[in-house]
Amino acid sequence: MSIKVTHDLHRRRFTRNVGVGLLLVAFIVLIFGLTMVKVTSSGFMMPTSEAME
Amino acid sequence: MSDISYNTNVPHEDEAGFGDYFALLKPRVMSLVVFTAFVGLMAAPAAVHPLVGFASILFIAVGGGASGALNMWWDADIDAVMRRTRNRPIPSGKIEAGEALGLGLALAAISVVMLWLASNVYAGAFLAFTIFFYVVIYSMWLKRSTPHNIVIGGAAGAFPPAIGWVAATGSLTVEPLLMFALIFIWTPPHFWALALFMRSDYDDAGVPMLTVTHGRRTTRVHILAYTALLAILSLGAAFSGLGGPVYLAVAVVMNLLFLHGAVKIWRRDEVASEADDFAVERRFFKLSLLYLFAHFSAILIEALLKPYGLGGWG
Repeated sequence: MSIKVTHDLHRRRFTRNVGVGLLLVAFIVLIFGLTMVKVTSSGFMMPTSEAME
Repeated sequence: MSDISYNTNVPHEDEAGFGDYFALLKPRVMSLVVFTAFVGLMAAPAAVHPLVGFASILFIAVGGGASGALNMWWDADIDAVMRRTRNRPIPSGKIEAGEALGLGLALAAISVVMLWLASNVYAGAFLAFTIFFYVVIYSMWLKRSTPHNIVIGGAAGAFPPAIGWVAATGSLTVEPLLMFALIFIWTPPHFWALALFMRSDYDDAGVPMLTVTHGRRTTRVHILAYTALLAILSLGAAFSGLGGPVYLAVAVVMNLLFLHGAVKIWRRDEVASEADDFAVERRFFKLSLLYLFAHFSAILIEALLKPYGLGGWG
């Protein structure tokens, strides 16, 4: 008797894992983009303690 | 006979997929939140970097989704009774109530902190207050205790355009308050029309909707009264910083249609309504969605025309 690997249950777990993975990648890209926008904007200033060093 | 199970944590056939978790965030409500928050942000007199604007709308939407998940966690007992909601992920057994609570709390925290970092602290605080208002004030307190549940609770759904405005400007003025008021006054007739044609649903669930506590006749009168009040507000807003010729034209047409629908609802009795399976009430409900969409689209058009010297009253 063969073991059926691709049960619907596995498919649903797979969509969940892929979904969470893609969300995390998108979140990282968004944080990177926001950081670039903030540090390249004209009003950006280093925090005082770091600027002193 | 004994049945030995090696793994007591065997997942059941109804194990949730990604879409079920997404359904927990009430995507249809989220689409309204995204649209109105976007209009609030675009109508604000401040230049926002497109990525900051995108992130702000995204996290306002995530905050709305968190509210939806927390609402489904708290209201799982009501949802299981009502026909309209019994297929939601928790009552259908796909997702545990505790999972919804965990997801809701995590997304609420992420959305508030990220909106703060992406835009400003006031927008973050405003979003936190909105989630608190929807979950604690509306879902936990008002919904099961007063027929004014939908009137006061409607404020939660009315905050997003104002949050969008605050994300762009860092301050509140009369324009975002007008956008808030538009949704706030629009919400009761929208939900009361739904309560009229969902008939016994709210009754069975023990939710004190106006149809249950004060009767269907009173609900019809209230729909007309709120629609009249909404028309005054909507037309008045045409002469504020949000309005202009496009908005005024849209407001006149939509309010005439909406008032016409409300008068028809007011004049009908239950026998006539049941005879055509609440056709007028169903049409009014659909029209209410178009009403709000048209108003916010008009506000958006006025805002987009302004850089070309065309939007507003000159």
